[in-house]
Amino acid sequence: MQNWNLYSRGDKLFVRINAVLIGLFALSTLYPFIYIAAVSFSSAFAARAGKVVLAPIDITLGAYAHVLSEPQFWNSYGNTFIYTIGGTLTSLLIIVPGAYALSRPQLIGRRFWNLMIAFTMWFHAGMIPFWLNMRDLGLLDSMLGIIIAFACNAFNIILLRNFFESIPQSFEEAARMDGANEFQVLWKVFVPLSKPAIATITLFCVVARWNGFFWAMILLTDEGKVPLQVYLRQTIADLSDDEEFSSTLIDAAYSVETVTAAIIVCSIIPVLCFYPFIQKYFNKGIMLGGVKE
Amino acid sequence: MSNSDKLYTNRKTAKEKLIWLADHFKREWQIYLMLMPMIIWFLVFLYKPMYGLQIAFKDYSIFRGIEASPWVGMEHFNDLFSNSQFLRAIKNTFLISFYSLIFGFPVPILLALMFNEIIHAVYKRSAQTIVYLPHFISTVIIAGIVITAFSPSAGIVNTVLSWFGFEPVYFLTKAEWFRPIFIGSGIWQEAGFSSIIFLAAIAGVNPSLYESAVVDGASRWQMMWKITLPSILPTIIIMLIIRIGNLMEVGFELIILLYQPATYETADVINTYIYRQGLQSGQYDLAAAAGFFNAVVAFVLVMAANTISKRFSRTSLW
Repeated sequence: MQNWNLYSRGDKLFVRINAVLIGLFALSTLYPFIYIAAVSFSSAFAARAGKVVLAPIDITLGAYAHVLSEPQFWNSYGNTFIYTIGGTLTSLLIIVPGAYALSRPQLIGRRFWNLMIAFTMWFHAGMIPFWLNMRDLGLLDSMLGIIIAFACNAFNIILLRNFFESIPQSFEEAARMDGANEFQVLWKVFVPLSKPAIATITLFCVVARWNGFFWAMILLTDEGKVPLQVYLRQTIADLSDDEEFSSTLIDAAYSVETVTAAIIVCSIIPVLCFYPFIQKYFNKGIMLGGVKE
Repeated sequence: MSNSDKLYTNRKTAKEKLIWLADHFKREWQIYLMLMPMIIWFLVFLYKPMYGLQIAFKDYSIFRGIEASPWVGMEHFNDLFSNSQFLRAIKNTFLISFYSLIFGFPVPILLALMFNEIIHAVYKRSAQTIVYLPHFISTVIIAGIVITAFSPSAGIVNTVLSWFGFEPVYFLTKAEWFRPIFIGSGIWQEAGFSSIIFLAAIAGVNPSLYESAVVDGASRWQMMWKITLPSILPTIIIMLIIRIGNLMEVGFELIILLYQPATYETADVINTYIYRQGLQSGQYDLAAAAGFFNAVVAFVLVMAANTISKRFSRTSLW
C-alpha cells in the first residue's frame, strides 16, 4: 500500500503484532503434522509413554519397516492410485462433454437439464436408498462401482458450464468456418480456453478421490480392493479398540501409535508432493465455484 | 441460433414441429451424444435412489424388493419421533452445527483480515500455504491425528496436562469433550481454506477508499475496521446464509471415526444414526425414513437460504 518508512509507530506495531499472530496460527496448524511425524520416528516405548512432543525420541525406523513390509499397505496404496486416476478420468470424461452440451444455446430442454442437475445439490435420497441402489446394480464390492458411482457432482458441472458460457462466441467461429464438428470445437477451442476451470475440477476430483473413505468402507468387503484410507481406518480402529490392552501389543520395534503415525505420514507424502503444483489454482477455483453473479 | 430455430416458435402445426425436430437432431445430434452419459449417470446414481426412497413409507423386505413391499404409511416416522435416540440425534445435529457456526464462522474472516495486513509477500504466501494444507487431508488422517494426540497414555494433550500436574483424561470416551474436540478439529482443518473467499472479497475492495483514508491520516487498524470489514460484509452475510442453509450437513464421517457408545450422548447425529440403524443393523426402511426427514429439512433450509440471499444481494447462489 505505502512505503514502510512512512508508517506511523502505531501502524508498525500493529503490522508486527499481526504478523506474529499469523505466524503462531500457522505454527499451530503445522504442529499436529510435526507431532505425528515425530511419533512415527520414535521408539514404541517413547511413543507409548507420551514422551514425544516435538522431535522424535530414540529415533527408529521400526514403524516404517513394519508398515512397508505389509503387503496390504502396498496393495491399498496401489488401489488408491487406481481409484484416484480412474475416478478422475471418468469424471472428466463425463463432465467435460456434458457441461459443454449444457452450455450450448441450441440444446432443447436446456433449462430442464440444468434444473435436473442442480436439484441434486438441494435434495438427495440419502445413504440407504443409495446403498440399496448400488446393491441392486450389482456394484457392491466392486472397484468399477467405486470409480463410476462417484463420478459426477452438480457443483463441478455447474462450475464448468458457467466457464464455458463465459467464453465469447467469436472464439469458436473460426473453427466452425473450417467445418469443425462439436467434438472438435470442444476439444480444440473450449478445452484449451478453459484450462483453469478444468484444472480446478480436476483438483477437486483428485482430492475427493484420494481422501474418500466412507463409501469405500461401506461398499468394499474384499480387503484386496480397499483404498489406503480404509486400511488406515482399520489400523486406527485397532488402536482405539485396543487402547486398554495395548500394552500387550507393544513390540520392541513398533507400537500401534507409531504404526498409525507412519501410515499417516506415508499417506500425506503424495499430497505434499502435489500441493505446490495445485496451489495456484486455489484462488481461481474458489472464485469460479463461489457466488455466481 | 439459426433462422429455422427462430421460425419454430411462430409455427404451430404438429407436422412442421416434427420436421423441425428431426432436422434439429440431424444437425445437432452431437451435443445430445455429449449430454447423454451425464444424464444417464444422474438418473442411475441419483434419481433412481430417490425412487427407492419410497421404502421410507413401506415395510421393506430384501426378498420382496422395493416395489413389492407393502405400504405402511407414516409408521416409520411415528417410530422415529417416539424414539429417544433419534430425537437426541436431531438435537445433536443442530447443536453441533450451531456451535460450529458460532465458533467456526468468525475465524476465517479474522484470518482473511489479518492476512490482508501482512506486508511481506513471501511471509504471507508461506503462512497461507500452511493454513490451507489441512483442507486437503483426509478425514481418516484427521481422526488418526486426533486419536493419537488425545490418547490417555501416549497423547501429547495428556503429556502437556501432566506437566501441570493434571491426571490423564481419556478425552474420546468423555461425552462432554466430544463437541469441543470435533468442532476444534473442524476449525483447524477448514478455517484457513475458508479464508480464501474472504481474501478474494478483500481483493475486490476499491483501492481509492484506502488512498483517501491515508490522506485523512487513518491508521491501518482503523482502515481494517472502517473500510475492509464493511466492504466485505455482503460476502460475510452470503457465506453465513449458505452455512445456515447447510445446517444439516454435519461432518458425520469424522464423527463415525471418533465417536463410541460412551459419547453417543453428545456425538450421535442424524447421519450417524442412519448409518448405524441402516447399514450396520439392516433396518433399511426406518433408516431411509430418517434420511428422508433429514433431506426434507435440508432442502427447506437451502431453499430458504437461497431466497433470502437473493433478496439480500440480488445475487443467486446458483
